[in-house]
Amino acid sequence: MATKKLAFVVKTPPYKTEASRLALTHAIASQTVEIYLEDGDLVEPAVAFCGDGVLNCLKNQKAMSTYGITSIEQHLKNSLLLDLKVLVCKEDVERLGLSEDSLIMDAEDIGGETKAQIVSFSEIQKELESSDHLLFF
Amino acid sequence: MGKLTIGCFSSLVGSLSLDFAVKLSEAAIKKGHKVDFWASGNATMLSKKGQRAFKDYSALEKKLQELFATGNFQATACEACAEARGYRKEDTMEGWQRHSMDWYLASSFSADRVLHIGGD
Repeated sequence: MATKKLAFVVKTPPYKTEASRLALTHAIASQTVEIYLEDGDLVEPAVAFCGDGVLNCLKNQKAMSTYGITSIEQHLKNSLLLDLKVLVCKEDVERLGLSEDSLIMDAEDIGGETKAQIVSFSEIQKELESSDHLLFF
Repeated sequence: MGKLTIGCFSSLVGSLSLDFAVKLSEAAIKKGHKVDFWASGNATMLSKKGQRAFKDYSALEKKLQELFATGNFQATACEACAEARGYRKEDTMEGWQRHSMDWYLASSFSADRVLHIGGD
């Protein structure tokens, strides 16, 4: 029995490329990975938004009405609904002039209990150091 | 020897990231390692059979077949990413598997090293 920690680091902004969407869909795939693993083995994901990647966390995204596709916001809320650990870099939030009010911090509207956390980059570094593998998107 | 999991997200044409990843796979296998190769997003283009090899564009089918033949290389394409791009199961190059994204996480679980090569 073992648990492997995977850190999904999102540093790209939303919609320009598919990268941040793929980060979240891959992280969410941790919920079904057991079918490939031995009994008791687990993959524990954490998602960290850094740099321009924090823009993925903006509220009120209009991807469905604009492009006819699901929004990163919906994927992020699904991640919180599934109790994934979501960290947002405090320094980058401030650098971009954002506030907690402008960011998706929870998924209460769809029944989620886990909240995203705005933390300093040093906290994110600790998370990365404790992870077995790092995946940069 | 170890197991290397390589995740790729760049397209075959328009980037040399897949060329690099396949060369790296070859080098690892020559050293006696096993390689799991995951192609997601635009990288699923690599799994499409019937590509013509022009000198101006990357063409990796022959090299991939050599790697498959070693028995130490397995490659899997993200099924949803492929389908979204119109690559059906019957369009898939021989040797490739198609699975959902949890395959990549499971491969990472048992890997000694994971190299995640991002997309464009």
